[in-house]
Amino acid sequence: MTTATQRGLAPVRQLFDNRAVVIVKETPTTPAVTISAALQAGSIYESDAQLGLAHFLSRVIDRGTADRTAESIAEELDFRGVSLSVNPTRHTQVFNCTCLSEDFDFILELMGGIITTPSIPANEVEKRRAEIITAIRQDEDSPAVVAMERLFELLYPGGHPYGRRSKGTVETVESIDRTALQMFHRVRFAPSVLSLVIVGDVTPQRALDVAAKVFGGWRAPTPEQGTFASHPAKAPRRESVVTMMNKSQADIAYGFTTIKRTDPAYDAFTLMNNVLGQYSLGGRLGDSIRERQGMAYYAFSTFDGNVVESPLIIRAGVNPANVERAIASIDLEIDKIAREGLTADELADSKRYLIGSMPRMLETNASIARFLQTAEFFGLGMDYDVRLPALLERVTLDEANAAAATLSPDHAALVVAGPYKPTGTPPIS
Amino acid sequence: MDTSLQVASTVAVRETVLGNGLKVLVQEVHTAPLASVWCWYKVGSKDEVTGQTGASHWVEHMNFKGTTNIPRDQVKGIIERFGGSWNGYTWIDQTTYLETATRDALDRMLFIEAERMANCLYDPEDCESERTVIIAELQGGENDPDQLLDTEVTAAALKVHPYRNPTIGWLSDLRTMSRDQLYQHYRRYYIPNNAVLVVVGDVMTDDVLRRVEQQFGRIPAGAPPSRLHLEEPEQLGERRVTVQKEGTTAYVKLAYHAPQFEHPDCFPMLVLDAVLTGAKGLNLWVSFRATPPQRSARLYRALVEQRLASSVSGAIVPTQHPFLYTISMTVNETSTLAAVEAAALEAIDDVVRDGVTEAELTKAKNQLRARLVFDDESVTHIAHQLGYFETIASFEASHTLLSRVMAVTVDDVARVARRYLQASGRTAGWFDPIRSVEA
Repeated sequence: MTTATQRGLAPVRQLFDNRAVVIVKETPTTPAVTISAALQAGSIYESDAQLGLAHFLSRVIDRGTADRTAESIAEELDFRGVSLSVNPTRHTQVFNCTCLSEDFDFILELMGGIITTPSIPANEVEKRRAEIITAIRQDEDSPAVVAMERLFELLYPGGHPYGRRSKGTVETVESIDRTALQMFHRVRFAPSVLSLVIVGDVTPQRALDVAAKVFGGWRAPTPEQGTFASHPAKAPRRESVVTMMNKSQADIAYGFTTIKRTDPAYDAFTLMNNVLGQYSLGGRLGDSIRERQGMAYYAFSTFDGNVVESPLIIRAGVNPANVERAIASIDLEIDKIAREGLTADELADSKRYLIGSMPRMLETNASIARFLQTAEFFGLGMDYDVRLPALLERVTLDEANAAAATLSPDHAALVVAGPYKPTGTPPIS
Repeated sequence: MDTSLQVASTVAVRETVLGNGLKVLVQEVHTAPLASVWCWYKVGSKDEVTGQTGASHWVEHMNFKGTTNIPRDQVKGIIERFGGSWNGYTWIDQTTYLETATRDALDRMLFIEAERMANCLYDPEDCESERTVIIAELQGGENDPDQLLDTEVTAAALKVHPYRNPTIGWLSDLRTMSRDQLYQHYRRYYIPNNAVLVVVGDVMTDDVLRRVEQQFGRIPAGAPPSRLHLEEPEQLGERRVTVQKEGTTAYVKLAYHAPQFEHPDCFPMLVLDAVLTGAKGLNLWVSFRATPPQRSARLYRALVEQRLASSVSGAIVPTQHPFLYTISMTVNETSTLAAVEAAALEAIDDVVRDGVTEAELTKAKNQLRARLVFDDESVTHIAHQLGYFETIASFEASHTLLSRVMAVTVDDVARVARRYLQASGRTAGWFDPIRSVEA
């Protein structure tokens, strides 16, 4: 018997004449539909002088279209209980919302107007500018944000787009005008860089029909693609402390650049990271720093595959008195996993967990939409959910250990942000 | 209006009470090969006395550290082997633990929860280790000025009722509480007749009940825990709190007394909040993670659209006893605390004086109707709702949410605005940053 898991999501994918991609997955669980529209118009495409341009556009793009005022859009969304979010990343702007299925046609048409013909009114630009500057000030007061921003600067130096602050600075945000926002939209938004994913209580035919009506006639020149310098994973250790004595807890961000998402070793890195800082309550790191030593409420690692060499990042929030012990523990765990590798049991446990968690990870419309967007962006195929278990299963212990062996405390970037001052002795021996 | 939309949670729930008093709720949902198990205890920070604030939350942490039959070193991976996730939380009325995994893990999940109910270890070394973990959790929260202000405003708004205490506890109590006090707290409240076990997913009800009886049937009932009976006295004038600390951004909070879930005024207050700040839904596990539909809400227009604040949010949640309705605002860099508070109070005075319109009522109901559908998107979320409402009222209440929303009238909203949003019952809080953060 073929199970639903073996059959997989099996979404419908259609490439429109204008090269827009539409992917539909019908799920009748609840009378709701999640819509996710990703455009390759993220922060990597902005210049140093206009840092924060993509983020700024994401805040203002849904505040008016050729046919509707900001007030009209707000009323229509609110009347239907829909919250539209626009999430800028380095590579994309992702428009997300969930609506009742009865409202699907209307909401997709509304989103279409926002994506293709935003009016970007001058008064809305000024309102959003004030909000963004306040958000930047909030970030400056958050040890967690400060630590991560500084870490990315260390991991991707020299003006690399991954190392820049996505919101920009107060100075750059103050300098961005309506013309720049309009230009960014005109140059970067096009059907050829649109991936529209629709998941929920809607038939594929109806979804495709509405999508064709909304986006089928859209014409805009294909944007130029960016190219990025690679970054050596073997840079010498870099350390930075941002002292914030008004805070109670110190945030540690510690990381490496690793491999690209398209690297054949991606699944080996995923499994290695799961053992290091994910499995159960933070993997080996959680065992050491939280469970055995009681030093932190959280200690874990993340590995996010991306277009360039991807970051593997360790995070811990600790009492300032424990900063040096926590860093020493992270160094120790990194050194240990790099030298000794994983155990066969650890690898088997992580495989079983990651494969077994797929039905749970693909239970909701929003999680399915995220999965399909990732599959489309990296060209993994619409059957990726079916192939993924085998990809993970075939990773050998040697391959996972080879991934671990690329890590070394000597090549880590390290940031501490919080009520902490180095004691004079270097925190790392 | 179609009121049949709240589909997932309206299908049959089987309610059973074991001989030891454990209430069991089972709902079959066959949309994915998953099962979600939640074990709820009717204990939260409202049950804590001075000197032992934070005990319920600390006990929750201790109950992940091994049992008589699950050695400490076997806790890790016990549910992950089934691809599952686990978690828990403590709040003012309840403490809960959950596992969601493939359906073949059902026995394992029930075994874990039965062990947690009866056989946790409370090793003294583990208690000490967890003391520093929890203090780290508290200090992490203090890094957020908004959370710091929330703690201060809540404590000022409530003088008597233990809802005034932060669920994580006060630092001095966390430093002094002993292992024996924690263990006594555990034994007092972790008994089957103070618990609710919820199972939702791709399961067969009769089979679940057989397994539950096997795992839990032999745990003896305990003496029903005695409860604190503390009633908040009427507030007779505005209270004000100012937190001054180095920072970059100013925050304002306005807290008003709000009715408990079972009070007839609860749903009119939810509608009122939707009109003021946008509807959030009623699932504590998921509703507050997403931004509400609020761009046409009154306070958003009065504050954010006028460039006074960069954000505004409202929070009223279902509770067993009267709690608070809190409105939170982030002050724009170009604005001031006083200007934001004045604009918010003007909008609140308007609604107190004139009530809301039929159009606003319809919009608020639409929002809540949609949010209730979104709240039930997974077996985990459905199971949460059954257990949560059983701990504050009854699980059946989770099936009446939509009808109670739909029954609200403009007169109801006007009445609760006049009753609850008076200046004399308000606590205003400012986070006034000292702008000299060391770089």
